[in-house]
Amino acid sequence: MSEEQQQGIDLHLSVSPHIRDRESVPSIMLTVVLALTPAAAASVFFFGMRAVVLLFVCIVSCLASEWLIVKFMLRKPSTLGDFSALVTAVLLAFNLPPGLPWWMAAVGSLFAIGIAKMTFGGLGNNFINPALAGRAFLMAAYPAAMTTWGAPRGGSLSGLAGAVDAVSRATPLAAFSKAVETGTFQALDFQEALGDLFIGNVGGCIGETSALAILAGALILLYRRVIGFSTPVFYIGTVFVLFWAFNGTGGYFTSDAFIVPVYQICAGGLMLGAWFMATDMVTTPITRTGKIIFGTGCGVLTYVIRVYGGYPEGVSYSILLMNLLTPLIDRYTRPRMYGKVKKRG
Amino acid sequence: MFNLFGTFSFSGGVHPPHHKSLSEHSAIEILPPPPKVYIPLSQHLGAPARIVVKKGDTVKLGQMLGEAGGFVSAPVHASVSGKVSTITDFPHPSGKSMTAVEIENDGRDEKADTAGMNWRESAREEVVKKIADAGIVGMGGASFPSHVKLSPPAVKPIDTLIINGAECEPYLTADYRLMLEKTQEILLGACILKKVLSAKKVYIGIEDNKPDAIAKVSEAARDDEYGQISVARLKTKYPQGGEKQLIQAITRRQVPSAGLPMDVGCVVHNVGTAYAVWDAVVNGTPLYQRVVTVTGAAVGKPSNLLVRIGTPMRYVLEYCKTDFTKVKKLIMGGPMMGLAQSSVDAPVMKATSGLLTLTELHPGERAHYCISCGNCLRACPIKLVPSFIAKFVGAGMYSQAEQWNCMDCIECGSCAYVCPAKINLVHFMKLGKYHVAAARAKAAAEKKKA
Repeated sequence: MSEEQQQGIDLHLSVSPHIRDRESVPSIMLTVVLALTPAAAASVFFFGMRAVVLLFVCIVSCLASEWLIVKFMLRKPSTLGDFSALVTAVLLAFNLPPGLPWWMAAVGSLFAIGIAKMTFGGLGNNFINPALAGRAFLMAAYPAAMTTWGAPRGGSLSGLAGAVDAVSRATPLAAFSKAVETGTFQALDFQEALGDLFIGNVGGCIGETSALAILAGALILLYRRVIGFSTPVFYIGTVFVLFWAFNGTGGYFTSDAFIVPVYQICAGGLMLGAWFMATDMVTTPITRTGKIIFGTGCGVLTYVIRVYGGYPEGVSYSILLMNLLTPLIDRYTRPRMYGKVKKRG
Repeated sequence: MFNLFGTFSFSGGVHPPHHKSLSEHSAIEILPPPPKVYIPLSQHLGAPARIVVKKGDTVKLGQMLGEAGGFVSAPVHASVSGKVSTITDFPHPSGKSMTAVEIENDGRDEKADTAGMNWRESAREEVVKKIADAGIVGMGGASFPSHVKLSPPAVKPIDTLIINGAECEPYLTADYRLMLEKTQEILLGACILKKVLSAKKVYIGIEDNKPDAIAKVSEAARDDEYGQISVARLKTKYPQGGEKQLIQAITRRQVPSAGLPMDVGCVVHNVGTAYAVWDAVVNGTPLYQRVVTVTGAAVGKPSNLLVRIGTPMRYVLEYCKTDFTKVKKLIMGGPMMGLAQSSVDAPVMKATSGLLTLTELHPGERAHYCISCGNCLRACPIKLVPSFIAKFVGAGMYSQAEQWNCMDCIECGSCAYVCPAKINLVHFMKLGKYHVAAARAKAAAEKKKA
């Protein structure tokens, strides 16, 4: 013991700064979980026990997968304390149809955490969104189960009564594309469906149906500065503009066709994707310009997949594809440094 | 940067809690000199001073102990009168042991012969020489020899002199008290500097968390005696007191990368330096004491003390009733950029703006991997991407770190302060700078051989 230590003086050394702000990775993740609770409550309200089961299975499976892999394969201290596995679990559950067998949800969770996240080094090292990777895996492995829908309690599958054929109107998006395809599009029908669509009284994956609940959560994220406006506004805005311009109903930016983009942004996984998945920090660009490019790219891809692709829904794949472009976007959107000297010639 | 309410600012920055209320109401108090002082020969950037006294010599207060070791250097002076008992290595606040002159204080404070000068009628070179001979260095903490800043080449004319009263570091209140208590002396110091530089405009930048200092200085500056001096009211944000940020906020100019403020016609001096310049030029007093803020939760009586250079930190802390058992970290300076001390026996130097006792260690948890949240790049006042640079340095990719401009980092600590993963980004920036500098030196040496 040094003379100073004997006097009760024990000084610690480190590089500056010697103070830190309070925000931490766990506090950010918990804020996201808090922001997801309105949508979780909506999912239970509309889909009942099925939603509870899926949420429970995903949470247990994701946490268990991460804990087992870290403890027995990596032999490191547990990483569950950063709450990122909890966020992935809830987001994955939100992307599943209510009727999905629970064991499929467990397998999807194992893929999301084990393959998409842990093989690359865990939180911060993954290059694609783990929840969306899990969903994509399940779509490929169990396509039938992943596209079997159930009506919400007290509501209809697509939110539409009337003109559109009952068998093929599985979800609002499917109903829309069918209507445009068969030329039976009637703005009025879709206008009536908007209310249901906004609050979530329609068929779809358990967490994506209620735009209202998602927006409530998004406000929490914005207020706590966990996310910014760039990605969601440009994502939703691009989808809106594209659907208003090119909507197969005859006119470009007509007031008659205005219902189409409004319907499109409330339908399917766009709200959930734009506010919660495309804003995932790890897998998206770090600069504001990069986020704008990312959001716009997702918007274009979502439009293209919804209109020309085989699936009525394009959000998951749009985001996953843009995730792959993130390192490139980051490299070319460097901020202009203070005092940057312009090169001559 | 300039908003409707007349408050200046810069891009980026963070808002750590001020904690200035601990010491801001304590008027400057003179600390009685200790029985022994230890004057380091290296208290400034540049070459250490060259010793000119020897063991056994009797010295007077203000007598030169070491002459400047080159152009970018400064002399050091005795801060007490007495006998030189030994000249050897002592603990130094930088962490290494360095040569210092130990003087036994005879308690008489017998002054060496000094004389002021009539600066208004002297040539600027004479005034600069007076400042250099007095050992004046930057008192904001960087301790750059001031006469070097006052000798810009003719091709770089200076139109703006900025006096830095921002004091943006949390806890520190030394400059604040100086502005309240020695207002006229600071303004006169600014006038002397203005004459030396032939500057056209003079600003005193003060952060708006010090409204009474802004009021007092503005009021005093109205007197025609000082010519035109404007008070620039700055938005309180760390690191507003950084030279580059101050220039950007007040003049909207950006110092070019690898350049100096004189490249955009500006020179910045701390208010403490302005005071020291006044004392040296008008009274002939060399730099042998300074105001130090002693603060933090372990200090029983937080104060702003006028301390003789060479006073051991332990003596200063004991005078302020510090409970050493509570101290987890002792910082020379502020909490964002200050140096953590390993020994309480190291002396107070010209650069010691504050002694801060921290009773908690931050961060209290181990680091995570970077989650690319972007807090660091939003906080960086130089608009770098610390997250990427840290990743490059961690992977040994120093040339990429150089391409992403790690050499332009001012090490303010804003990035590490806001990092939620608690990564010490400043550590990586410093490490990157070290490797890039080494690689550049190697390349230059090889070029010379060829």
